[in-house]
Amino acid sequence: MRLKNRHVLGWLEAAPLALVLLAFLIAPIVMIVIVSFWGATEFSIYPAFQFDNYEFLFGSPVTYRVFWATLKYAFITWALTLVIGFTAAYFLAFHVRSLGMQVALFLVCTIPFWTSNIIRMISWIPFLGRNGIANQTLISWGVIDEPLEWLLYSDFSVLLAFVHLYTLFMVVPIFNTMMRIDKALLEAARDNGASGFQTLVHVILPLTKPGIMIGTIFVVTLVMGDFITVRFMSGSQSANVGRLISNDIALLQYPSAAATAVVLLATVMIVIAILLRFVNIRKEL
Amino acid sequence: MAKPKVGYSRRSLLKAGGAAVAASALPAPMLWAQETKDIVLRQFGTGVSNLNDVANKVKEDLGFTLEMTALDSDSVTQRAATQPDSFDIADIEYWICKKVWPTGNLQAMDVSRIANYDKIVGIFKSGKLNEDSEIAQGTAPHTVGFIPEPGATTFADEQTNWMTLIPTIYNADTLGIRPDLINRPIESWAELLNPEFQGKASILDISSIGIMDMAMVCEAMGEIQYGDKGNMTREEIDATMAIFTEAKQNGQFRAFWKTFDESVNLMASGEVVIQSMWSPAITAVKSRGIPCVYQPLKEGYRSWGGGIGLSQSLSGMELDAAYDYINWYLSGWVGGYLMRQGYYSAVPETSKEFMSENEWGYWFEGKEATGEITSPTGDVLAQAGEVRDGGSFEERMGAVACWNAVMDENQYMVRKWNEFIAA
Repeated sequence: MRLKNRHVLGWLEAAPLALVLLAFLIAPIVMIVIVSFWGATEFSIYPAFQFDNYEFLFGSPVTYRVFWATLKYAFITWALTLVIGFTAAYFLAFHVRSLGMQVALFLVCTIPFWTSNIIRMISWIPFLGRNGIANQTLISWGVIDEPLEWLLYSDFSVLLAFVHLYTLFMVVPIFNTMMRIDKALLEAARDNGASGFQTLVHVILPLTKPGIMIGTIFVVTLVMGDFITVRFMSGSQSANVGRLISNDIALLQYPSAAATAVVLLATVMIVIAILLRFVNIRKEL
Repeated sequence: MAKPKVGYSRRSLLKAGGAAVAASALPAPMLWAQETKDIVLRQFGTGVSNLNDVANKVKEDLGFTLEMTALDSDSVTQRAATQPDSFDIADIEYWICKKVWPTGNLQAMDVSRIANYDKIVGIFKSGKLNEDSEIAQGTAPHTVGFIPEPGATTFADEQTNWMTLIPTIYNADTLGIRPDLINRPIESWAELLNPEFQGKASILDISSIGIMDMAMVCEAMGEIQYGDKGNMTREEIDATMAIFTEAKQNGQFRAFWKTFDESVNLMASGEVVIQSMWSPAITAVKSRGIPCVYQPLKEGYRSWGGGIGLSQSLSGMELDAAYDYINWYLSGWVGGYLMRQGYYSAVPETSKEFMSENEWGYWFEGKEATGEITSPTGDVLAQAGEVRDGGSFEERMGAVACWNAVMDENQYMVRKWNEFIAA
């Protein structure tokens, strides 16, 4: 009897969270999957079970090109944020000695995040423009004669904005993991004759992997789900999956948007599943 | 002038909104001041006519509250089609009406309750500006302006007593240019793809309007002869997109724009020197002291028109208030306000009373300004001696080559548009 009560109690304790997840996570996703099989006219959608949306999606070369572009953005952004994020975190964790200074510098990293995402992104536009500060400065230094056109409305500007927006998501988890590394291990490595670089590669890097992985998941999912950065920074000239979806929604093609969303969701989950094969992040959580 | 009837004298309506109601030969709706105050009408539409000044004036003249929401064309369509209960008045374009009307979310208006109906410009009724003008291609407003009977989801071929939208505002669009950065005359739509402007051109990323600008360009280049630019065949769409995709890949475009502000910034910053543009965007660039011309082109204009539609759920006092609002809208104050921004009013003659002779001459008649021309918000737009780009109302609206449109092959076109953006 007591045992049974404990079971009931356990279920009751888990119920609120389960209900919240069911209502706000599972149900919407199920809805999206259902709608992705519906049909659409110019101005309405109607229930059906048809594969038209997926057929069109997989039959169009644009889909492959756009998914490829999205993965490309994700990969390059990941590589750059990883290098910058790791370096920044390494500096904070191992070069800055006092805890007070560490906290202060860490807060400095977050200053750009005191304003909105969109503002941080848009503020690049006057800076990089044809007559912007960057071009004017380079011309006045005599480095270039003609303004550089590729600074703005190009893949370069998109990636620049992504890296600027998302590097902190790499710094935080890596810094967090590094702070947990037992300093005695570093001393032991040193005592055993390891050079600074060897310590980095053989001790610090393996121990930081869970943090890198968490940062990676953040950055990859954020970049793959983005649409507004690509729209603004490429001057609407490049497309990623998010823009495909937002175009569909704008034109009332909800089922087609839902189908694209389902495929995107699957792609992101596959990427994350692969990542998790490499590192067990559970011990971090 | 209608005399105030006994018992209605408390109506703020007759007191302040006299112009609108008095002009009506019909009995004024029975609205009591106290209740009128509590009425709230929710209007949404594109930024062009959703002006706070209008809402304030409505409160002053008619007594009720008008809540305005400004959205982009796509969001407007979406909302009108999917959330009928979220609005009372839809301020939409005629091509949006063609898309949205079949959903049954809007109700037709009784023409006999519209006081200034007879004075509405012919474009919105017979489709003809004058007796002998030709009807342009595309979704011309009169083709979706009437329905045979209340409740019908198809459009009538001629004028009936049931109007879908009451026309409020319209204009003729063309390319905007930066004369100081181009330094030579621009006369044709074909210039948009001239390699001379490589990396300095732009087009708007709203498929239904962008495709029309593209068609104007391709036709001007002599590359494609369209049967009807407003209703292209798949082959015509493919050919148009092929030309523009090639230009895009050659780096012709600096960017595409989707909102009014983006187009202003592209032009003002000099990123772009030639692009599709809307009239008030030109005004906005000019008011920063930067030269910008709304260039008339020999192939003619791409035109658009907007109107007010009533939600299906409007009834009773709110519906009466909505009719009052419409009659007030056409009675001149708003028309004058909009015309001083460079748009046209559906009933120009009533707007004349709300404009100075100089303003009327400059904006409507295409005459030289006799003094400074200022916008409703006080920015100086033109000096004495300047003439409006494109000239008079007759010259501009008489040279419309096509109207913004929704095509039968719209879904196909949209998919092709997505390919173009991703190319």
